[in-house]
Amino acid sequence: MAWVSGFRALTPALPVDGTRAAVEIEVYTLLQADQMASNSKPAFAPRDRTWHPKGLTPAYNSSVLRSPKRALLQMPTSLSETSGPVFGHNIFGEHDADMLANAVVDGDPIGERIVVSGRVLDEYARPQAGVLIEVWQANAGGRYRHVRDGYLAPLDENFSGYGRCISDDQGNYSFRTIRPGPYPFPNNGPAWRPAHIHLSLFGASFAQRLITQFYFEGDPLIRHCAIVNAVSDPAAVERLVARLDLDNAVPFDALAYRFDIVLRGREETPLDAEHD
Amino acid sequence: MKKSLKETPSQTAGPYVHIGLLPGVAGIDVKHHGIGGNTGLGGGTPIIITGVVRDGAGDIVKDALLEIWQANGDGQFGGGHQGFARCHTDFETGEFRFETVKPGPVAWTDGSPQAPHMTLMIFARGINIHLHTRIYFADEADANAADPVLNAVTDGRETLLAKPDTSSNNSYRFDVSLQGEAETIFFDI
Repeated sequence: MAWVSGFRALTPALPVDGTRAAVEIEVYTLLQADQMASNSKPAFAPRDRTWHPKGLTPAYNSSVLRSPKRALLQMPTSLSETSGPVFGHNIFGEHDADMLANAVVDGDPIGERIVVSGRVLDEYARPQAGVLIEVWQANAGGRYRHVRDGYLAPLDENFSGYGRCISDDQGNYSFRTIRPGPYPFPNNGPAWRPAHIHLSLFGASFAQRLITQFYFEGDPLIRHCAIVNAVSDPAAVERLVARLDLDNAVPFDALAYRFDIVLRGREETPLDAEHD
Repeated sequence: MKKSLKETPSQTAGPYVHIGLLPGVAGIDVKHHGIGGNTGLGGGTPIIITGVVRDGAGDIVKDALLEIWQANGDGQFGGGHQGFARCHTDFETGEFRFETVKPGPVAWTDGSPQAPHMTLMIFARGINIHLHTRIYFADEADANAADPVLNAVTDGRETLLAKPDTSSNNSYRFDVSLQGEAETIFFDI
């Protein structure tokens, strides 16, 4: 496999313009497998770039000038990528995981109260403990509390759209919030984002870093959204849809949604195997 | 062991990423946030890295969020989140700024030292999956000449080098180009 022998350039997923089309695999020096010592097995296999959205997805206008045209350079992981920051509970405020409470001024936020929970696993189905999950979202009217958002829907003085939580020993996480509203955004003609919540995730390795968004089961806007459709495989899109989770609903209080998360998995090293 | 699950697909961080990752920048007062543009690393040589991010039209990107992760001055990765920092590109000027120490050498896969470097990740509206690059230092010519990653790059190597700022001690400039003639080298790891 390519990563065993060191570097290779990934062919751009979409045709590139003439000026950069010359970038091909031979641009880069390939390291020979025998140049790599016994500990050379990479800890992470490369991401499946056909499963993730491509960089250039022209239906999503903003990607057109912000996507590289050169091939990505594939390289093995070293300690710089297999290590990563560790975030402890010491950085947490009392209500970080309760977005119904963490910005209250004089009352409860407006909107549908929901509990979002799920489990963080890796690609080998191992629970991921201690994963920092940072959350942001619009309010029930589709307005962000952000100095740069001028959408006409009103702000909710009791809701910030900021939250964070950390996964437990079994990889479970949970936070409480309101269901965000859809909102328009500038794209090709009128475009509306389906209701969504943004998540930022830190595994144990910086190589696992991931930012994503999840949507809500049954929302008819999902299939019309150019940002969702940047993901080409319908099975991958399904993985971005949180499911109604009535078993976890809080009676006469909050509905519940479930969203499970998978981070990249670190390959087992020979040393790990000896301890199995 | 075989992989049994597919990774959750990436989605863009969007223009309001600051709410979740740098709430103070969005205008939200959060106590105990604890993450900012300083890596918290002591020892070693204190340095400042500034720069801008440009798009394919050469325009400065003013809604990006950048993260670095690096070893300390001895090449060791520290405890907690020391070595990690996050900042945004300024809404008016587009400039970002990190305060840290110059990293020491970190071992490559064969045990040999890599040249001093930090990992840089870039998130923004229009970036569907974050971009991953490295910041090396132009004033580490000997170490750079022996670095396995830099030596794998024959076209665009200079895009990975932070340049010493001659007007200010221990300051470096690192401009990123997302697309175009000076396009930064991005990695798939």
